[in-house]
Amino acid sequence: MPRPDAPAKVRGAFDFASDLRAEGMLYGRTVRSPHPHAVVRRIDTAAAAALPGVRAVLTAADVPGKPFYGLDKVRDQPVLVGVGETVRYAGEAIAVVAADHPEQARAAAAAVAVDYEVLEPLTDPVQALAQGSSLRNLVIRRGNPEAVAEVVVKGFYEVGQQDQAPLGPEAGLAIPDGEGGVDLWIATQALHVDLRQVADALALPPERCRLRLAGVGGAFGAREDLSMQIHGCLLALRTGRPVKMWYGRDESFVGHVHRHPAWMWYEHGADREGNLVYVRATIVLDGGAYASSSHAVVANAAIFGCGPYRVPNVLMWCGAARTNHVPNGAMRGFGAVQSCFAHESQMDRLAAAVGISPLEIRLRNAMRSGDRLITGQVVSGAAPVADLIRRCAELPLPPPAEGRMALPGGAGNLAEAADISRGEGWALGYKNIAYSEGSDDYATARVRLERRNGHAVALVKTAAAEVGQGLVTVCQQIARTELGVEEVELEPADTLIGDAGSSSASRQTWMTGGAVREAARLVAEEVLKRAGPPGRGLAGGQVVDDEGAPLAPLALLLDEPIEREFEHHHRQTGKLDEDGQGDAHVSFMFVAQRAVVDVDPEAGLARVAQVATVQDVGLAINPLQVHGQIEGAVAQGVGLATMEEIQTREGLIRNASFTDYLLPTAVDMPEIVSELVEEAEPDAPYGAKGVGEPPLIASPAAICAAMRAASGRELCRIPVRPEELSGVSETKPPRELIPGQPPA
Amino acid sequence: MRVSFEVNGRQLAADVWEGESLLYVLRERLGLWGSKNACEQGECGSCSVLLDGQLVCACLVLAAAADGSRVRTVEGMEADRVGRAVQEAMVEAGGVQCGFCTPGFVVSIADLLSKDPHPGVLAVREALAGNICRCTGYVRIFEAVQKAASRL
Repeated sequence: MPRPDAPAKVRGAFDFASDLRAEGMLYGRTVRSPHPHAVVRRIDTAAAAALPGVRAVLTAADVPGKPFYGLDKVRDQPVLVGVGETVRYAGEAIAVVAADHPEQARAAAAAVAVDYEVLEPLTDPVQALAQGSSLRNLVIRRGNPEAVAEVVVKGFYEVGQQDQAPLGPEAGLAIPDGEGGVDLWIATQALHVDLRQVADALALPPERCRLRLAGVGGAFGAREDLSMQIHGCLLALRTGRPVKMWYGRDESFVGHVHRHPAWMWYEHGADREGNLVYVRATIVLDGGAYASSSHAVVANAAIFGCGPYRVPNVLMWCGAARTNHVPNGAMRGFGAVQSCFAHESQMDRLAAAVGISPLEIRLRNAMRSGDRLITGQVVSGAAPVADLIRRCAELPLPPPAEGRMALPGGAGNLAEAADISRGEGWALGYKNIAYSEGSDDYATARVRLERRNGHAVALVKTAAAEVGQGLVTVCQQIARTELGVEEVELEPADTLIGDAGSSSASRQTWMTGGAVREAARLVAEEVLKRAGPPGRGLAGGQVVDDEGAPLAPLALLLDEPIEREFEHHHRQTGKLDEDGQGDAHVSFMFVAQRAVVDVDPEAGLARVAQVATVQDVGLAINPLQVHGQIEGAVAQGVGLATMEEIQTREGLIRNASFTDYLLPTAVDMPEIVSELVEEAEPDAPYGAKGVGEPPLIASPAAICAAMRAASGRELCRIPVRPEELSGVSETKPPRELIPGQPPA
Repeated sequence: MRVSFEVNGRQLAADVWEGESLLYVLRERLGLWGSKNACEQGECGSCSVLLDGQLVCACLVLAAAADGSRVRTVEGMEADRVGRAVQEAMVEAGGVQCGFCTPGFVVSIADLLSKDPHPGVLAVREALAGNICRCTGYVRIFEAVQKAASRL
C-alpha cells in the first residue's frame, strides 16, 4: 500500500513548511552571536529598524513571558540573549527582525549592532566534567564492580559529531489571529512539546496558540528542540502580520542540536572461553551549552553501553559535559550509537584475545528473553539476538567490486583493483522504544465514522508528526483494519486534539498507532451495538457474523456519525536508583549486522560494498516502509562511519554547509541485504516494535570493524579518516582515564 | 528588473531584485513551490530543473541569466510519459519518505531516462549522485528508476 502523501510529493504539490505563504507575509531573520562565550554589553537596533522594509526588530526585552525554553524539566535556553546576559555558544540568538523581503531582513539583521565582552570558551568536555560543568552524570553498578577476569581487553574510542541533516530546513509560518493569539504552521517532531514552550514564552494560554503541522522535510531528532517557533510568533504578534522564517543551511547547523560526540574508555573481562565476566567503562559526551535532551541521551548511552549481551558485573560512568558548543541532543539512535561503537569494538578485541571469531563471541554472550540488562531490568519481550546473528551470517556475501566506480575513490580513478583489500565486520545493537525513566508516555487519537454519499468513511485525527517515517500509512492501515472500510481520511495534525508525544524513540507506531487502534475499536463496538446480534465484526464495508458473512452495509448504521477518542499510555516505567538499577524502559529492539568494505590501504580510501542487516521488528505492519526505514538508517550509519562529521575549532563550526559536511550520495551507498525477524511483542499493538533506529546503531561499528579487518589498523575513531586508514596518523585518547571512573 | 521565462509551457514574467536566483523566483514570485531549497549551494539537487533542456540546480542560476529561457520544473513532469512513469514508479517502489528531495529526483530521473531509457546500475548511481536523499538510502529510488525504465 503506497503512502497517502506520496502522489502529491512526486508532483511537487506537497507543501513543506518552507513552502508556506500568506497574504501580506513578512520574512523573519535571526541575529546570532559570532562568539561561543561572551557577555552582551549593548544592543543597538536603531540602524536596523530604520532600513527600508523593516517592520520589527525584537530583543530579549520584547519577550513577554518566560525568557527560557528547553526540553528538559530545567528549561535553560534563553529565547534571546539580552543585555548583561551571557552567550554560551556561537550561533545563539540575540535578536530577530521582520521585513518585507528576505534580503531586507538579512540586511537588517546585519545592521543590528551588538557589543560583546568576549570570554574564553570551555571547549574540552573532559575538562568540563572534571571541573563539574555537567548536564548529567550517571553511574551504573551491577554485581561486583571490581570483578577480575582471566582475559582482559582495554580500549579507547571516539565518535565525531554527526548532523541529522534533514533536507527540509527549519521553517514555519506564524499568523496572528487578530485577537492576541497566534496560529503557527511548523515543521516539528512534537506539536505539544513545542506548544508548552511557545505559550509560556508568549505568556499566552495554550488554547490561544494553535500549532499546526506543516510538511516536515525529515527530522531524525533535529526537530525535537525549538528553532524559529517562538521567534516567528513574537514577530507576528508584534507586527500583526504573518511572518515566515526559514533557515539557510549554514544557519541550520547552529539552529538545531546535533548528535553528542563521545570519548569512551572501556575495559572488558572474560573467561578463557570468551564468556563476559565484567565491563567497566567511562563515557564522556559533549552536551554543548544547554540541556536539550542530554539527560536521556546519557541514560541511553550508559544503559545500552555494554551491548545486547549478558554481563554479570558492571561499573559504568557516563556524563554529558556542559561546554560552549552548539547544544547536542536527539539524533536517531540517541546515545546507543556512540556506545555501540565502543562495546562492539571491544567484543572484537575480546574475540581476538580469546582466539574465537567475532561471530562466536557474540553468539556466546547474546542476550535472550528473560535475561537482565545491566540495570537489572528483565527483558520480558522478544530478544532473538542469537537468531539475528545466525540469519545474518547466512545472507549472501557481495561479489568482488567490478568497474572503477565501485572501487574506493570511485570516479576519482584512484584505486587499482589489485591493491584493494576486502574486510568483513560485525556488530550488534539494541535500544529502547518510547519514553523512559518514569515518563508518563501517551498518545491521543480520535476516530470518526460517518456516511458520505452512501458509504462509510473513517476520519482519523491525532497530533502526531509525520516526518517522513510513514506514520500516515500506518494510521490509515490500522483504521482500515479495525473498521473494515476502504476510505480513511487523515485530518491535519494540530494541537486542537490531545498530545501524541514526539515522533522520536521509534515510538509512534506503538503509541499513536495504539491510540488509533483503541479509538477505532471503540467506534466498532458502537457500530456492533447498533447492528445487534449476530453482528460480530466489520469487514469490506459490512457488518459480518462469526463466519465473516456480510449481514448489512456499515453505512446504513451511520444515520448519526460515531466518534470516539482514546488516550493510549504504555506500561509505566521506573526511575533508576543510585546504582543505576531500575526498570527504566518499556521494550527493546535488536539488530545484527555484517558489513563488507573494500579498502585501498595506501590511499586511505574505503567503499562500503554491502551491509547485511537482520532486525527484530516485532510484527511488521508495513514491510515496504520497514525496509525503507532500515535502508535509510544504514545510509546514515555509512555516513557516520566514513564521512559525516561537524568540525568545530575554538567553539566555531567550520563546515556548516553541504559542500563541507559530506553526506552519502547514490554512489556511496552499499548494497543492502535486509531481513526481518518477526516475533510478536507481547505489549505492543499488533505486536509491532519500532524500526527506525537500530540499523544506525550497529552499522557504524560494523563498517569500522570491516575497515579494521581490511587494513589491519586499530581505527578507534569514527568517522574513519583517510590518514588513519592509511596509517599516517592515529587517534590518541585526550587523556588517560580509568574505565568506570569519572574524569578527575 | 523584469524577467520572463517559458515555464512548463506557459509564458510567465516577474519583477525581481537583481540578486534573486531562479529558484527564488520560481518559488516566491511565480508560486511554483515544487522545486525545493535544501542547501541553496548546488550540492543537494532538490531544486533540480531543466533549463533549455539542461539539468541544473535552480539555486545556482541567477533569474536574470535565465531570462528568455525555457524552464521545466517538477510541476511540468506530468506533461510527458517519461515524467509520469517516474512519478508513478517513485510512489509504487517506496522511493518517497519525507519527500523533500523527491521533486529533484523526479526531474533528474526523468532527464536520465529521456537520454538513456535503460541505464545500468552504475549509470543510475552516477546520474543521481547530484541528488541527496537523507531518508531512503536510495535503494527504493534505484528500484523506481528500473521500474519506470521497464515501462518506457
